[in-house]
Amino acid sequence: MALKLKSPRWWVYHILVGGFAVLMLYPVIWLLMSSFKPSDTIFVTAKSLIPDPWIWTNFIEGWKGIGGNSFGVFIKNTSILVVITLIGQVISSAVIAFGFARLEFKGKAFWFGIMMVTLMLPHDVVMVPQYIIFSKLDWLNSIKPLAVPAYFGHPFFIFLLVQFIRTIPRELDEAAIIDGCGTFKIFTKIILPLIKPSLATAAIFSFYWTWESLLGPVLYLNSPTKYTVSMALNMFLSNETVSNWGAMFAMSVVTLIPVFVIFFLFQRHVVEGISTSGLKG
Amino acid sequence: MNTRVIKENIQADITITPVSKRSRIIKENLTGYAFISPFIIGFLAFTFIPILASLYLSFTNYNLFASPTWIGLDNYIQMFTADPRYWKSLKVTLIYVLGGVPLRLAFALLIALMLNTASRAVGLYRSLFYLPSLIGGSVAVAIMWRNVFGDVGIVNILLDVLGIPSVRWFGNPTAALWMLIFLSVWQFGSSMLIFLAGLKGIPKSYYEAASVDGANGIQKFFKITLPMLSPVILFNTVMQTIAAFMTFVPAFIISKGTGGPLDGTLLYSLYLFIQGFEFFNMGYASAMAWIMLIIVGILTAIIFTTSKYWVHYESEGGR
Repeated sequence: MALKLKSPRWWVYHILVGGFAVLMLYPVIWLLMSSFKPSDTIFVTAKSLIPDPWIWTNFIEGWKGIGGNSFGVFIKNTSILVVITLIGQVISSAVIAFGFARLEFKGKAFWFGIMMVTLMLPHDVVMVPQYIIFSKLDWLNSIKPLAVPAYFGHPFFIFLLVQFIRTIPRELDEAAIIDGCGTFKIFTKIILPLIKPSLATAAIFSFYWTWESLLGPVLYLNSPTKYTVSMALNMFLSNETVSNWGAMFAMSVVTLIPVFVIFFLFQRHVVEGISTSGLKG
Repeated sequence: MNTRVIKENIQADITITPVSKRSRIIKENLTGYAFISPFIIGFLAFTFIPILASLYLSFTNYNLFASPTWIGLDNYIQMFTADPRYWKSLKVTLIYVLGGVPLRLAFALLIALMLNTASRAVGLYRSLFYLPSLIGGSVAVAIMWRNVFGDVGIVNILLDVLGIPSVRWFGNPTAALWMLIFLSVWQFGSSMLIFLAGLKGIPKSYYEAASVDGANGIQKFFKITLPMLSPVILFNTVMQTIAAFMTFVPAFIISKGTGGPLDGTLLYSLYLFIQGFEFFNMGYASAMAWIMLIIVGILTAIIFTTSKYWVHYESEGGR
């Protein structure tokens, strides 16, 4: 195969689009590069992207964390929260979605409508009373207020999974009924294995939202040993002194690493999840 | 094994007898409710009861430590007549929404049009353009943005290169708000993906027919692309407006929780947070939340009155 010469149009297109993509990502690249610069030169050398000299000490400094808790503690806290939340949101949403997509019962349309309304409901409206409820339950300063609601389904995931289950032919269910399967078995043996891709999508989004969330943790967690990575970064910023910029950038990079890794591994799920449901801002 | 077979036989017998039709319907209903019961319980406990509580609290003075005292409409009256910060937060939020959302959607549409080609690199570009939106909610990005726009940040350096006097992004409330708007515009990725999905749903034959009739690119865009995409545009606009109205994290991080400078970045959600969880004016915060609910409710009403459009979107734009 001979090399084909690309048309000028091709070049213009790729320079334009590629260049714009690089421009878009420039701040992220800048953040990454700054994390390898000595703190006192970050802003002096903001113009040049490449650190001179390259140093690792920001990561070592940053990892020490705040208030005697290393960043490892915050990562552990966040990971625990993410896993507990993710399991709850995915399983409960799948169960609920199956009910909405496959079962016939009185009032189904009503409850589905309610679900769609909650999808668009501003969280601020329930924030204050929820806080009061959780404080009366004595759940403050624990992950319960963040994790327990996850076990009652997430409207976005329910909607996503309902859309997906509806594309599965009902003949499969009918065949299973003839073979003697009950409703629960249809769910576990037929539907669940078939909706694995959208379960993965839900799991990925659940990971992102919990990993990045700040408002919930800020409201409910107050001892630094329980802080999440978002809160730790926020603390870095409030404690900022001239000397720890580098450490803060380094830890910002650290918190973004899992986000990027998961995106590059599963980007198809993320992109299709957005494109088909279109429900995330 | 044996008992199970017998049990199934018995069940089969029951379903055959006509009397049991009603009990089968009851069983179906029960099964349905069993499956969606987590949603119903969660909705009642974490949404419905809190909403009612919020409505009640909005007519009270409540600081979490003493019991609520009924003060009627005082919170609402104070909000609209005696709280300049409230008006400021409404104004800032409206500028943020009306400035940010159209810009964001325009960018999203522009990039989606550019990526709606057969080029093999599209997948890569799509991911690259979506990346900023992916990390959009994180504290790391807000911190980064704060520094990109710092006094010696890259934006000012660029302005300097272009011969434009540098801007003190934190010294000036208007500039600080625009910094937030630029951040939201930067995160156009999800709208772009939805536009791309919408563009893919437009049949190629429409464009071919238009070409035969001698239409040029601009005519095709205005006569085919925009009308065919209008349901998606509408949908994006409403969803993005609601989301923008609720923005919290960037304003919280960039202003270090104050909404400054001079309340220039005091977005509605941030002010609600400050009232509720810094001043512990739980009643006042609830009243603010209700006004927000009403504003968002109006937007939702727009969704429903125009829902004909996006029903069209689902049947035409889906795959």
